Amino acid sequence: MRKKKLAVAAASLALLGSAAACSSGGGTAAAAGGKVSLTYGVWDTNQVPAMKQIIAAFEKQNPDISVTVQLTPYTDYFTKLQAAATGGQAPDVFWMNGPNFQLYASNGVIEPLTSLTPDTSVYPASLVKLYQYKGVQYGLPKDFDTVGLWYDKSIFDAAKVAYPTASWTWADFQTAAAKLTNPSKGIYAVGATLEGQENYYDTIFQAGGQVISANGKNSGYADPATIAGLSFWTDLIAKKQSPSLQQMTDTAPLDMFESGKLAMFWGGSWDAVAFGANANTKTGVNVTQLPSGVKKATVIHGLANVVFSHTAHLAEAEKFETFLGSQQAAQIEASTGTVIPAYNGTQQAWVKAYPQYDLQAFLDELPNSVPYPISQNTAAWNTLEANLLAKAWDGSEPVATVAQQLATQMNAALAKEKQ
Amino acid sequence: MTMAATRTGARSAASAGESAPAPAGSRTTGRLGRRRPGGAARRSNALWAALFLAPTALGLGVFYLWPVVQTLYYSFTTWGPFGGHTWSGLDNYRQILHDPDLRSAFENTAWYCLLGLLGIPVSLALAAVLGRPGRRGVAAYRTLMFLPVVTMPAAVAIVWRWLYNGDYGLINALLRKVGIHGTYWISDPHTALIAVVVVGIWSTVGYNMVILMAGLQSIPRQYYEAAEVDGAGPVRQFFALTVPLLSPSLFFVTVLSVIGSLQTFDLVYMLIGRTNPALPQTRTVVYLFYQDAFIDNNRGYAAAMAFLLLLVIVAVTAVQFRLQRRWVHYG
Repeated sequence: MRKKKLAVAAASLALLGSAAACSSGGGTAAAAGGKVSLTYGVWDTNQVPAMKQIIAAFEKQNPDISVTVQLTPYTDYFTKLQAAATGGQAPDVFWMNGPNFQLYASNGVIEPLTSLTPDTSVYPASLVKLYQYKGVQYGLPKDFDTVGLWYDKSIFDAAKVAYPTASWTWADFQTAAAKLTNPSKGIYAVGATLEGQENYYDTIFQAGGQVISANGKNSGYADPATIAGLSFWTDLIAKKQSPSLQQMTDTAPLDMFESGKLAMFWGGSWDAVAFGANANTKTGVNVTQLPSGVKKATVIHGLANVVFSHTAHLAEAEKFETFLGSQQAAQIEASTGTVIPAYNGTQQAWVKAYPQYDLQAFLDELPNSVPYPISQNTAAWNTLEANLLAKAWDGSEPVATVAQQLATQMNAALAKEKQ
Repeated sequence: MTMAATRTGARSAASAGESAPAPAGSRTTGRLGRRRPGGAARRSNALWAALFLAPTALGLGVFYLWPVVQTLYYSFTTWGPFGGHTWSGLDNYRQILHDPDLRSAFENTAWYCLLGLLGIPVSLALAAVLGRPGRRGVAAYRTLMFLPVVTMPAAVAIVWRWLYNGDYGLINALLRKVGIHGTYWISDPHTALIAVVVVGIWSTVGYNMVILMAGLQSIPRQYYEAAEVDGAGPVRQFFALTVPLLSPSLFFVTVLSVIGSLQTFDLVYMLIGRTNPALPQTRTVVYLFYQDAFIDNNRGYAAAMAFLLLLVIVAVTAVQFRLQRRWVHYG
């Protein structure tokens, strides 16, 4: 009897032990045979091949470190990252963007670069500044992007409309849009995506409006010029020159453009990779500068690589971050045509990666570029934008009414930040 | 996290309640009848009982009950964006009373519950048809009907998204053949909730069918023979015999369906998505909980919401157990 009891106890102990072993294996960075493994959090599947090339080059120089890419689609990236960071399980090195940067820096989730003392003069100054919080540098710029007017050549040819040029105005765009729309073939002139960076932020700036005041304290949505920038898109939907918000929810405008259902698409410089890999858009599309409203404008934004402050391998993570910010890494990004690298002097290689597209347009827009609007807790009012503007986009409420509501609620969200 | 825990918890507890007690009870009585245990033996029995219960009890305690206690505590706190919380008393509960989003989420959830119950007659009909022995290919149909139950909700949602697609979906393509112009099912605020309910029913019908089939098979054939002799037709037989004798299974299926509907999340998350214009008309309480806890990082408020939902589920289930006295017949 006693022996049996002992056996049972031993067996249950063994079970418990194995359970404990399972749970301890879930860490992000487990050292295997003296080799340090790092994880690298990214959100763009199109960039993964280039990131893997960069990692291969890094691992060659540092045989004692291995890096694995952790891909999370953008819609869930920051939700997951925030939960992971709260639980101390974020990737060791990860992509950061402007809207989220200040939240992470002000809460001590990402590591300041004070000990690295990097040479930041090799990157555009506006990008360097984007990743400074209270004068301290937290991230090394990875790339930058501007927005351009992509167009489907065959739809323009069929409608006998001349291809868009860098000198197009809003009026030129609207005239062409009317001619390009072809309901019988299910072809629309453009997709009025409910996106800030690629769509309504650009038109707001072109109309002379603003999203947030220069000091970051007040919403710009009550400004009539801002409302004109929003109306640019809702008018297109009302005239059925763009699919409805419901249609665009069912099928993403990017997919429609790739399948030849949209004549024009306002897209980022990062879209070149996807278009270059798609049979329809490989040679069938081209790109030029955005049309000008009251003035010429495009949003400029860039990502940075940052280090998780609670990483178990700080030295190795910083080493990797430094490499990601190096000219060698930028060369790989440029030559694969993935994104415009932030490292000065490597941008021309990116332009040459896809000779069939006039990618130079994205660089020519730089003098007119406006920084992506952010504040300390950008996500809070980004949610408001998405929820409220949807009512103007689906036509259930007038743009001006919605913009007023948005301004009021956004100001309330901004007021909370100061506490 | 807590939501998923309560769901599986409720399901396993309910099924255990059905099957477990009978054999265990009979064995103990048999043993007691043979030999009266002394004090030491009884103590040893209790020890063994505790030992066997320990794995389940520990799991239940650590993964289900302790989180409930934690959630209750957190519902009185306010959280920072990266953890760390401060006591804020009844603030969250005061805010809950005036939250229009939560009110509409509760309304939507109530619709999911009510419309979800329509799945039970469907399951019953299927169980009656597929439960008859000796039909050709019945096993294949049963397997087909059960497949959605064991399919991942994410996969289910992705396939249905394609089916529902307004411009290129299969459903509208078929409707066009008969001259009907279909809408954008899951992004039209008028149809989105129904569209989600249909998928919800489709994916649980197989499970309910199996439970009801087991119930049907336990009804003795003689009753039907006797009824036939007395001149009762099939319809009369169904309502006078099948329904009352099947009522324990029907009750079980109803309770599970309601609890499941009250916790609808994954289908809304996957089918509707964050940027859908129909989200306000389809958002459930658990979706709102997810949004507050993980997107807006308002974890204390979300905990209060979760606790409120727990109370609602307990209340609804209690009412169902009260009402069962009126319509459920055991034995």
